[in-house]
Amino acid sequence: MGNMTLVYYKMFILDELAEKKTAIHRINPVIKLAVTLAYLLLVVSYGKYDISGLIPLFLYPVIILTVGDISLGPLLVGLAIAAPLVIGVGVFNPFLDRTIVFTVQGMDITAGMLSFISLLIKCVLTVTAALLLLATTGMNRIAAALRRLHVPQIFIMQLLLTYRYISVLMGEASRMYNAYTLRAPNQKGISRNVWGSLIGLLLLRTYDRAIRLYQAMKLRGFGNQYYGVSIDKLNKIDIIYLFAWTAFFLTAKFINISTLLGLLVTGVIK
Amino acid sequence: MSHHIIDFINISYSYPDGNKALENLNVRIHHGESVAIVGANGAGKSTMLKLLVGIFMPEEGEIRLGDMPVTKKTLNMIRQQIGFTFQDPEDQLFNTSVYNDVAFGPRNYGLDEPEVEKRVVRALQTVGIEHLMHRAPYKLSGGEKRAASIATVLSMEPSVLAMDEPTAALDPSSRRRLIKLLQGFLHTKLIATHDLDMALELCSRTIVLKNGRIEYDGPSADGMTNSKLLEQCGLELPLRLQGCPICGHKQVNKV
Repeated sequence: MGNMTLVYYKMFILDELAEKKTAIHRINPVIKLAVTLAYLLLVVSYGKYDISGLIPLFLYPVIILTVGDISLGPLLVGLAIAAPLVIGVGVFNPFLDRTIVFTVQGMDITAGMLSFISLLIKCVLTVTAALLLLATTGMNRIAAALRRLHVPQIFIMQLLLTYRYISVLMGEASRMYNAYTLRAPNQKGISRNVWGSLIGLLLLRTYDRAIRLYQAMKLRGFGNQYYGVSIDKLNKIDIIYLFAWTAFFLTAKFINISTLLGLLVTGVIK
Repeated sequence: MSHHIIDFINISYSYPDGNKALENLNVRIHHGESVAIVGANGAGKSTMLKLLVGIFMPEEGEIRLGDMPVTKKTLNMIRQQIGFTFQDPEDQLFNTSVYNDVAFGPRNYGLDEPEVEKRVVRALQTVGIEHLMHRAPYKLSGGEKRAASIATVLSMEPSVLAMDEPTAALDPSSRRRLIKLLQGFLHTKLIATHDLDMALELCSRTIVLKNGRIEYDGPSADGMTNSKLLEQCGLELPLRLQGCPICGHKQVNKV
């Protein structure tokens, strides 16, 4: 099986994980969405050198991952896709900002290094949180939660169609890649000479496929209206979940938990 | 709604590149009929079905479902009455689970969730895949995908089923199951197909198309046994009427 085909199949794993019935999966999607949004805002609110403030926030993905029985594999694939972009943005920080902040065993730690590490941590936390939301809720229920929060239908439809288009694109790319490699067994990858025509064909094929999908939707009454899945009413557990995480986020924001723990461990605070 | 429920009246249609797909087509299909539309590749079979559900609009002529003409204004009502399945079931399955795919139509027609659930369960039971309700469509086998795609239109409770190559790419047992399933439907059925054996078994009437024109319209038992007609239209006798290449034995000597 070609790499492309594997990537194509892995794309659907998050949707499958969303069908599990763990305690996290049973939480109301609106609450999960709200908690995730709050978490994302919290993560990006930290200063660019504030690594110690970010460390306690790893608790959130670790707990969701464990309670939600989510395997690490699909999250790592998502991170691997996002990482090059973030590395590309931050890789020059250590060279541009050489202000020495402190020295560890003779090694100067510059502000650029800190900002780069902080950027990487933020990337890991935000991408993981988004993927965990998808893996514990599923795109359809996220869309329903957005609708419950009065997000305009047009935005939700764009989101759902884009999500669907990605899988169409990957499916076609996988088929073309297989067709190519089966007839070019001695080549590594795809020859540069055919990249142009392959990409052009890929777009044309996905466009055709998207048209057929759209026709299938129209034939079943689709009129740019969003009729999503229904969401249950909030229960006690949902409210507790919301308040527990909110309390933790506020604590993490206003008290530097890492520093506090460090002071407790070193005996400065008794 | 009048007794003859589908009328193609002087229908002509050309593709955007100018190729004539259908020319002066006149067909009347009666309520409850099972009609096979056969012909060589490019004869106009799929186009005929796509015109019926308004994916294409005719250049000339009119299509009527009962008293209702197929126009842009009536498309919603027409599509509620006619369930169309695509040649490739993958084109029809675009949700994250079979349940959501089958529920897509009823939800779009504004049914409440308990009614949607009832319809989904009923449609899935009819095609025998209720156990796959929560599976992702991409994980289904070819036969299961075909069954799911049929369920997606059955949940809308149409009175007409229009199917484009329903047995394409199915293994023999899936094909047999599908034929049995379709035999149990009382809907009016229009089936565009190359599977002449299935057409012979399932449809009492056959329309043979050649270059967008009707070459034959009549009982399947007559049309499907007319080897001269079929050859002229780029077809062959159904396999069961052809002699065995080894012993010459025919599965059926007379239809």
